Amino acid sequence: MTDQTMTPEERAASLEGMGCRRKRVEDVRFTQGKGNYVDDVKLPGMLFGAFVRSPYAHARVKSIDAEAAKALPGVVAVLTAADLAPLGLHWMPTLAGDKQMVLADGKVLFQGQEVAFVVAEDRYLAADAVELVEVEYEELPVVTDPFKALEPDAPVLREDIKDQKEGAHGPRRHHNHIFTWEQGDRDATEKVLAEADVTVEEMIHYHRTHPCPLETCGCVASMDKATGKLTVWGTFQAPHAIRTVVSLISGIAEHNIRIISPDIGGGFGNKVGAYPGYVCSVVASIVTGRPVKWIENRMENLMSTAFARDYWMKGRIAATKDGRITGLWCHVTADHGGFDACADPTKFPAGFFNICTGSYDIPTAYLCVDGVYTNKAPGGVAYRCSFRVTEAAYFIERMVELLAIELNMDAAELRRINFIRKEQFPYASALGWEYDSGDYHTAWDKALKAVDYEGLRREQARRIEDFKAGRTRKLLGIGLSHFTEIVGAGPVKNCDILGLGMFDSCEIRIHPTGSAIARLGTISQGQGHATTFAQILASELGIPASDITVEEGDTDTAPYGLGTYGSRSTPVAGAATAMAARKIRAKAQMIAAWLLEVHDDDLEWDVDRFVVKGAPERFKTMKEIAFAAYNQAIPGLEPGLEAVSYYDPPNMTYPFGAYVCVMEIDVDTGEWKVRQFYALDDCGTRINPMIIEGQVHGGLTEALAIAMGQEIAYDEMGNVKTGTLMDFFIPTAWETPNYVTDHTVTPSPHHPIGAKGVGESPNVGGVPAFSNAVHDAFRAFGLRQAHMPHDHWRIWRIAENLGLHG
Amino acid sequence: MSKMHVKLKVNGRQVEGLAEPRMLLVHFLREELGITGPHIGCETSHCGACTVDMDGRSVKSCTVFVAQANGAEIVTVEGLTNPDGSLGVIQEKFREHHGLQCGFCTPGMITRAHRLLQENPNPTEEEVRFGIAGNLCRCTGYQNIVKAIMAAAAELNAAKEAAQ
Repeated sequence: MTDQTMTPEERAASLEGMGCRRKRVEDVRFTQGKGNYVDDVKLPGMLFGAFVRSPYAHARVKSIDAEAAKALPGVVAVLTAADLAPLGLHWMPTLAGDKQMVLADGKVLFQGQEVAFVVAEDRYLAADAVELVEVEYEELPVVTDPFKALEPDAPVLREDIKDQKEGAHGPRRHHNHIFTWEQGDRDATEKVLAEADVTVEEMIHYHRTHPCPLETCGCVASMDKATGKLTVWGTFQAPHAIRTVVSLISGIAEHNIRIISPDIGGGFGNKVGAYPGYVCSVVASIVTGRPVKWIENRMENLMSTAFARDYWMKGRIAATKDGRITGLWCHVTADHGGFDACADPTKFPAGFFNICTGSYDIPTAYLCVDGVYTNKAPGGVAYRCSFRVTEAAYFIERMVELLAIELNMDAAELRRINFIRKEQFPYASALGWEYDSGDYHTAWDKALKAVDYEGLRREQARRIEDFKAGRTRKLLGIGLSHFTEIVGAGPVKNCDILGLGMFDSCEIRIHPTGSAIARLGTISQGQGHATTFAQILASELGIPASDITVEEGDTDTAPYGLGTYGSRSTPVAGAATAMAARKIRAKAQMIAAWLLEVHDDDLEWDVDRFVVKGAPERFKTMKEIAFAAYNQAIPGLEPGLEAVSYYDPPNMTYPFGAYVCVMEIDVDTGEWKVRQFYALDDCGTRINPMIIEGQVHGGLTEALAIAMGQEIAYDEMGNVKTGTLMDFFIPTAWETPNYVTDHTVTPSPHHPIGAKGVGESPNVGGVPAFSNAVHDAFRAFGLRQAHMPHDHWRIWRIAENLGLHG
Repeated sequence: MSKMHVKLKVNGRQVEGLAEPRMLLVHFLREELGITGPHIGCETSHCGACTVDMDGRSVKSCTVFVAQANGAEIVTVEGLTNPDGSLGVIQEKFREHHGLQCGFCTPGMITRAHRLLQENPNPTEEEVRFGIAGNLCRCTGYQNIVKAIMAAAAELNAAKEAAQ
């Protein structure tokens, strides 16, 4: 069959464009072990760096003796803060407007903090040398509780700024206080709460955890002294931003820095920030004149690079007696660790936590977040969610469940009567967002019907009877969650990181033979960009996806962009891709008009070609047009067929979804089993359903981990209790359930292709679904709130505290 | 530290080299031989990204000294590709069923699946889930990995039957 005889539908299908379950182009390499991750980078003369780290959570560093280490054959250098100070690199700026020690400058503030950097001929020698560095510490009192950190006589953690009354986000009221961030109307909310029929108050804790991608963080820095050019390969979710940051803090001109993100073994937010390992590797390469590799081990990863969550959320919710929510109040005590290294847009010190009114039409709300220093690792990254959105979704989805208990209402029905209605979009929330589109009732009804919600409730009621009658020791929990995400940061007018506007970009070159290369400012970490962005282009340009190369991650070739996190690739770079393609199509139309000797307006686009209106036999395909762009002298047109788009989104996108988790819980052992999980996601236009489903499976499994056991826990001395994968829960195939995925499609009205982003939705919506299932199982026995993670012991404690063990 | 002479067979090829007695098998494979399929995710045997086949058993090469592998026959994910360069059955099924995302766990996962299907050519879903529980994946939620392994089992069995 030639393209002359194919129908437009057949031609469109042959492109493998949007909506196609296209197999991933990445996988031919990955399945053979031919990926190229940072630890696979091997350069001639390459040295290995390793850190001496603090065993103490809070201590003064009295002295560092590196002589024995330096004397070890094969050790090339040992760097301490004293070595970095003359370069001004012993501290570095954080993304949150704070600063962070690169190497311990007089004291340490968390266990695992970087104290010295050893550089040696191989990784074994580097490890030997780390053991030989003698550090003398004087222990200081440790604070790991953010509430105690704010007591008047709490130890001073940050001596460098103890007298500083003004922080990056306004006044500081205590030596361990970082910022206060307020949104909404405090007085009006207090009034609503005072006058409400019903109010509920509860403390909701979202514990500290860690993104823990399977590949840890690392880099290879190579300073070429002959050219003056610095090249850094690394696990960077935002390579361009890293280039600018390296330039600003090192003084190396930006054009002399090349950042390359090779294949990345998962990111989930862990690889957004800049870490001391990067700075030390760069300095070590400059000092030694040789490439330096630094790869953190798993314990270092869990102890030092970018935790997530750790929010204590005090909530109050008000409603009428028939269940109409009238107001929401929230105060968050946010534990940021020893340095404020949150990865949030500059103007949002608590990220987009003010999405915490969720999917509900809540007329009045007030939010206040206090950031606090403690003796824990810095970070506060968005672990598979947009900035602090999973905390917000967990908060509101627990508050709604608590309200349902108070009102003695069904939690599904309570949600339904409070959802923002379809006709209310675009919807202005009480805490300042404009939701772009949604159809929550349709999604909710579809979800409840799919799981036979009424049937489940009847089964649960029978189970409770059986339990009370001693016929079973297992309870049934039905966990509901309806979440609204806010992703795709974001409009440059209010979103920037270190002053860099959060636009993104795509540059397309159509080759003479009609194939193409597209380069983007984002970087895949497993999302399959090389596959999906080619699909967008295939639909927009009429070029088969298999003829399009997508390239990311090399700052020397890719256009500037802010990178991949916060589900921003599709909403922002995906939009840039469509817009750049449309520029190409506009030029292609002029070329086709010249070739066909008609006016531009006499042509119409038909899948992969421009056709003369009313004369379907007269057309030029994109392939023909591409060749003409390079071999014809067309009056008034430059040769070539290329375009670039820098897309500044007019708004965020607001994906949403409805999840139901059915969980069996053994009251006597605390063991749980997910019997059924139904996930309906609405991410607007769907580019590749296969990849979407895969993302949902993965995000739900990360949510399962967080809700059911995963935690970065500290003892009162500030020791990390969960520093290995033995203690830090990652579900295996054995405890992970099968998920049923479903969808509705409510396109984003402001996005060129209507897509909203999906990668993080399952984590945002999944955590409340799992946690609510645990709570729901015990609702009939009086449980209100039990803090995550719901590991077996903690679930056993719930049953014990409720007197269910007899 | 003095080095020892090691000789082993990797993906059908006889290799030898000098290594410190403390050198881990995964580092020997990756850094001495340039076989970078096996990845390092934890160095404590938990994650399985470094899984290779050693004398017909799955081992975590991050906790095996190369000295222990002296004289052994090793198969890594690179050795599971067909001689003509096309994807082997398990590799192809992982691609077909979207059994991978970032690709970091994939070499270990496929190498483990290869051994699992030698041990149990006709596993139930439960047996597959139990059989790969030593290999962690952070991206996929395992659902499509399990599907891929079941599909590979079916295809390998069909091919075996056809050959008989």
